Amino acid sequence: MAESDSKSRGMNRRQFLSTTLKTVCSVGLMGVGLGFYAQRANSLPPMAIRPPGALPEEDFLSACIRCGLCVRDCPYDILFLGQLGDDIPTGSPYFIARTGPCEMCEDIPCVKACPTNALDHSLTNIEDARMGLAVVVDQETCIAFQGLRCEVCFNVCPIRGKAITLDMQHNVRSGKHALFIPVVHSEACTGCGLCEKACILEKAAIKVFPRDLAKGELGQHYRFGWKEKEKAGKALVTPDVEHQYNLPEGVRYELQGEGLIIEKKAEAPPQDSPFSSNPLDTLNRKNKEPN
Amino acid sequence: MANLPQDVGREAVQAKGWFKAHRWLLLRRASQLGIIALFLAGPLLDIWIVKGNLAYSYTLDVLPLTDPYVLLQALVGGVIPEAVAIVGVAIVLAFYSLVGGRVYCSWVCPVNMITDAAAWLRRKLGIRGTSHASRSTRFWILGATFLLSAITGSIVWELVNPVSITLRAILFGVGLAWILILAIFLFDLLVARDGWCGHYCPVGAFYSLLSTWAPLRVVAANREACDDCMDCFNVCPEPQVIKPALKGAAKGIGPVIQANQCTNCGRCIDVCAEEVFRFGNRYSTDPGIDTKPKPVDQVQPTSS
Repeated sequence: MAESDSKSRGMNRRQFLSTTLKTVCSVGLMGVGLGFYAQRANSLPPMAIRPPGALPEEDFLSACIRCGLCVRDCPYDILFLGQLGDDIPTGSPYFIARTGPCEMCEDIPCVKACPTNALDHSLTNIEDARMGLAVVVDQETCIAFQGLRCEVCFNVCPIRGKAITLDMQHNVRSGKHALFIPVVHSEACTGCGLCEKACILEKAAIKVFPRDLAKGELGQHYRFGWKEKEKAGKALVTPDVEHQYNLPEGVRYELQGEGLIIEKKAEAPPQDSPFSSNPLDTLNRKNKEPN
Repeated sequence: MANLPQDVGREAVQAKGWFKAHRWLLLRRASQLGIIALFLAGPLLDIWIVKGNLAYSYTLDVLPLTDPYVLLQALVGGVIPEAVAIVGVAIVLAFYSLVGGRVYCSWVCPVNMITDAAAWLRRKLGIRGTSHASRSTRFWILGATFLLSAITGSIVWELVNPVSITLRAILFGVGLAWILILAIFLFDLLVARDGWCGHYCPVGAFYSLLSTWAPLRVVAANREACDDCMDCFNVCPEPQVIKPALKGAAKGIGPVIQANQCTNCGRCIDVCAEEVFRFGNRYSTDPGIDTKPKPVDQVQPTSS
């Protein structure tokens, strides 16, 4: 305005309008460009996880003023601010579970440090945090699915036994062993990522994803019959008739997996067994009869 | 009598000595670098005096300071901040309303050192060409950033804001921020004089609004001593603010630099060999300090 200030007094209306219009148009153009850039730049890649208590992403981005206080107050230094050139919105805090998971401090210092409630101060119990959801994404490489005993994710889980349980399944390959399958329960998992960090594979088979990415959603009209029955306390359609198997006396059938049960067996008097009470005899006998 | 831009301050150094001719510049650099050092002392030396950055900081676990511009963008986006953030804003607003909002630009902002360096090199290399964008563009950009916050519900300007990106690059890791910093340097050097800070930066535009009523001002108290060497105009990042105060005696304009774009950087005080300028207050025009130059004005015709 050094020049234009002095001119502006002598400036006629046409000049004034044209310079103003020029400025408004170029700023408008910049604004539109920035708006479109923001749309793209404001998307968070799935491996970047927000600190505990973070508002839903859209609200978070309007509330977070990018001050980095959460980064400074994290005692484990796991938090980073998105830098220019990263996929992460510039200056916003995140952590990467595989390299530095949330250690779930009981006093949640990162949330306390936040001046704008972008990290929600109503979060006081860290176990209520929902940073993401762990998912056993690769059953082909997770060695538990191969029948090996690993259970590392299960054991490091800070909400052990609730967020991840081990589901015992039959090992079809060996025919006689069990598989101890890690199963994540979304009602307890905080998404801290300690499991992803601890996974013994080169690349983790269990990964933390944003909740909305990881969770399915049942159709609103869906009802599970057995749950409705439980709620009502009785069958809601025609009353169930107990199924009867036509089996010989002393034999019954267990539907839950045990199959045929011959109850007589228990009553049968201990006849002299074909097996010796000395286990060595059994071993020696097997060696003689190759099969 | 007018000096070349590359000779800015030469006469002042001869007349007052190097230190006095660079006094405010040195103080400003000390302030700017000192602030960065305070922020860095925590992560580097484990001396936690100040945490955070210029958007929000927490000093000695008692003093919150919040950038009103960024918080206002959040408010426009529909956010209800914590009480500490509001206290922080109140303190910052109070401070800058007293010393002048754009003191933020010349005494705090890290980008100022980059654009000052570009301006210095521009003078030394004798680069004269400049684009003629309006200095009011920044106010339109300021408006646009609020509009974008309101429309998108997110603080859009923070994605690209060179002010916060530069300090964050120093405190939290550089990334590709150096490209942006270099771009601003080259823009100011080759494309437009005082390009970024003087024409486009909405942060400076916002803080200049806080300057409007600030009492602390640069005053051309000794303006009749001006020998038209042009050093102050050549060194000033907002030269349009000087003219009314320095040359307005005939039109009855007071010697106080009233324009809110003045950054109170004090370089005009430094480079003036005649010691025309000094820091004073905005009310100098009325009774107070102005009594000195005014009688001289009136005396001049009779004495000369």
